[in-house]
Amino acid sequence: MKDGIEQRVEGLWAAVMAGDEYAAIDSARVAVESGIPIETMLLDVVGAVQARVGQEWADNRVTVAQEHTATAVNERVLAFLAHHSATRNNRAAPNKGRLSVACVEGEWHTFPARLLAEVLRLRGWEVDYLGAHVPTQHLIVHLHRADPDTVALSDSIATRLPAAHGAITACQAAGTPVLVGGAAFGPDGRYARLLGADAWAPDARAAADLLSDGPLPRRPAASMTDEPPHPVDHEYSELTDRRGGLVRRVMDALHRQAGEPGPHGGELPRYTPEDVAYIVDYLRTSVYVDDPELFTSFVEWMTRMLRARGVPAGAMDCALTAMDDCLSGLPHARDTLARARQ
Amino acid sequence: MAWEDTPYPMLIVDASGRIERANRATRTLFGGVAGDESLTRAAPAWLAQAHRMLSARLAAGAAGPGCEVARGPVGEKVYEAHPVYTDGGRVTWWLVDVTVQQRAFEELQAERDASASMVEAATELLSSLNLDRCLQAAARLAVRHLAAAALVVIPLGSRRYEIAYCGEANGRAVRESLTIDPRTLPGLVEALQGYPPVPPHWVEPELAPGWLIREGAGEIGSMVVIALPGYGLPAGALVLLRRPDTAGFSRREEMFARLFAIRAGTAISIARLYAEQSAVTETLMADLLPPVIPHLDGAEVAASYRAAGDSARVGGDFYDVHPAAGSGREALVVLGDVSGKGPEAAVLTGKIRNTLRALLPLADDHQRVLEQLNDVLIAGDSLRYVTLVLAAVERRGAGLGLRLTSAGHPPPMIVRNDGRVDVARTHGTLIGILEHVTSVTEPVLLEPGETCLLYSDGVIEAKGGPLGDEMFGDDRLQEELRRCAGMTATSVAERVQMLASQWAGENEHDDIAIVAITAPRDTQMSPDEAPGTGGPA
Repeated sequence: MKDGIEQRVEGLWAAVMAGDEYAAIDSARVAVESGIPIETMLLDVVGAVQARVGQEWADNRVTVAQEHTATAVNERVLAFLAHHSATRNNRAAPNKGRLSVACVEGEWHTFPARLLAEVLRLRGWEVDYLGAHVPTQHLIVHLHRADPDTVALSDSIATRLPAAHGAITACQAAGTPVLVGGAAFGPDGRYARLLGADAWAPDARAAADLLSDGPLPRRPAASMTDEPPHPVDHEYSELTDRRGGLVRRVMDALHRQAGEPGPHGGELPRYTPEDVAYIVDYLRTSVYVDDPELFTSFVEWMTRMLRARGVPAGAMDCALTAMDDCLSGLPHARDTLARARQ
Repeated sequence: MAWEDTPYPMLIVDASGRIERANRATRTLFGGVAGDESLTRAAPAWLAQAHRMLSARLAAGAAGPGCEVARGPVGEKVYEAHPVYTDGGRVTWWLVDVTVQQRAFEELQAERDASASMVEAATELLSSLNLDRCLQAAARLAVRHLAAAALVVIPLGSRRYEIAYCGEANGRAVRESLTIDPRTLPGLVEALQGYPPVPPHWVEPELAPGWLIREGAGEIGSMVVIALPGYGLPAGALVLLRRPDTAGFSRREEMFARLFAIRAGTAISIARLYAEQSAVTETLMADLLPPVIPHLDGAEVAASYRAAGDSARVGGDFYDVHPAAGSGREALVVLGDVSGKGPEAAVLTGKIRNTLRALLPLADDHQRVLEQLNDVLIAGDSLRYVTLVLAAVERRGAGLGLRLTSAGHPPPMIVRNDGRVDVARTHGTLIGILEHVTSVTEPVLLEPGETCLLYSDGVIEAKGGPLGDEMFGDDRLQEELRRCAGMTATSVAERVQMLASQWAGENEHDDIAIVAITAPRDTQMSPDEAPGTGGPA
């Protein structure tokens, strides 16, 4: 069976990377007809292929267009499976309760959330799938209207954790418990606990298992009037306000250092303002969740990425030095930065 | 001796529990104490118990002063007993009347509990604007604090009533819609009228109508109907079923019930108003929401729409896709932007979309369509104007033939297979200001895999980026589109939406509307063959 699955993954992978919808859907159809359960198809074939697409993208081995095309084809396969007669026939009676699945504001990767929505439908949930980038206010309006038993929030990007925090607490204030998932919450779900989510699951299958006994318990109303579990660090707000100025000053410092006049001179690949903004965003998120480790591991990853792009070694340290000069009055942020430079 | 007359009861008890001496106050308190009587017989059990424990600890050498004060009732009063040790295991107990302190303490505690319960109830009632949820919470809370079972009844009109029932403490509430006659329960009609306020109406349990009593309700001793007033509107009524041993309200329960009825009535009114308002908004907005894209022969069309502001769902941008226009050979795609934003702009988009639909038969000639629309807008009383772009779409061989006309709108961009991005050379007057409008239409051919992008200025005018105050701009859009060569319409539309939103970041952005038209490759299924990939199911 395991070999069978790996073979299906390879087959679908080839079709998806070729952008061939016919071949991709044919391969899914054949797999379902050979008796592979729909849930296995969704999670271990379609989901596995999508994880691989994401990895290729992260490792810079595919272009934007290739990644989008592959994802679009795989989404078609997902939709094909969702509408397949085997799915309808194997779906448990919808008696578990009602659940809303949404991506946190700023999260545009819908695939994990869609997989979860389909798996939960298979397992007998009535599911409202709200899609990518759901502003918290839209989510709350939806909660008041649909009154789901639980909200499942997806976030794969660490820098969206503050937005996730806002969404989690707002849903809870509206009396709805929140299950969170996605890489942003850390491999052990530590940020899910920190931000007060009612539950965390590492993947769609674990999330569905966790909900197998029914919705998460609603919190007693009394807990709403407690002290917030994770108050926002004022340095985070400060860094958010100063973000643009910080990026500009770091860019200027980098240019001075390189002895070059402006952003468009010279031929060496170098930092873009986007890169610097990215560093600032990770720094402020790290301050937000009060975990220097988040920033340190980001710096390691970014250094590797820049090296792959041909940015001279040591450039990262120059950027961090320049940034440090701009962080007067923000001891928490400076400390986080200093740890990453060790 | 002096201690015989002290106002405080005092007694000396030996290690075996025998009373050696007791003063007058003690004798009066205990109703007489015989010589050598045992503490167990003469004194309340709590004091005898305290003495036994203290003696045991004295014998073990473990007792220290000050920590063995005992407390308990004597008749109607409450006393504290303070021990003083003397030699030979004897203990002198001094008794102090603390009845007043005790009562005050109990009342304070009860008051605190009641206010904590009320805060909890209010928080739970007001945490959701969902009507069902609110009714169920009210029934549940009533059972937790006031009754064995509770029903919340709200009128829906024409003898239909929404009823939430809860029959067990910490249990779930169930909700149902019933047709009932409120006159079958004495006091219900008056309570449902809400105003003028009526006091709780106690009803003999045998008068309970059939719809009120549920299976497993147990024995009912009393029943009371309470009005739930909210914001001057009648919200509904609460019916409490109580056990025989708790027939009437205590003073505290009565107070709680009164406050609870106000809080519950308020919460239910808010939830109900919200539900009614959103139903009205939903209905009125249905026509203004971005439409579902119909299937076009030989073309893949995808759209993406985000209204400005976090809470808005409609705005001044709009699009429409008409499968057949003009002489019927071409389809017509329209994307436009009304000046202003929010609901006022959205209402005008509705009018413009309707007008354009009426003008479809003229669509072979874009200039004529624009002239007619201009006349309609100028004749209207609105000072608003609109910019728009028309795209006629026709299958041509394996590709698509387009005719693009801009009326004061950012020109469409065309993503070629080799990664070039062309800007359509069409321009024209915006609509709704000048008496005469002009326009230039450009024909464009899309090869399979190529995409034409229509977009509103919300994309290029999105302000933000890494420095926080830059515009996204045409150049950046073109550069990003170069990387989109070969992508499907859906992917291009989603990607451009994502890039503009990310660029704006936490800044506010204007309405953003995007339509992508792609000539599909032969590896791509038509929407007829493949199931929909889209949105909320």
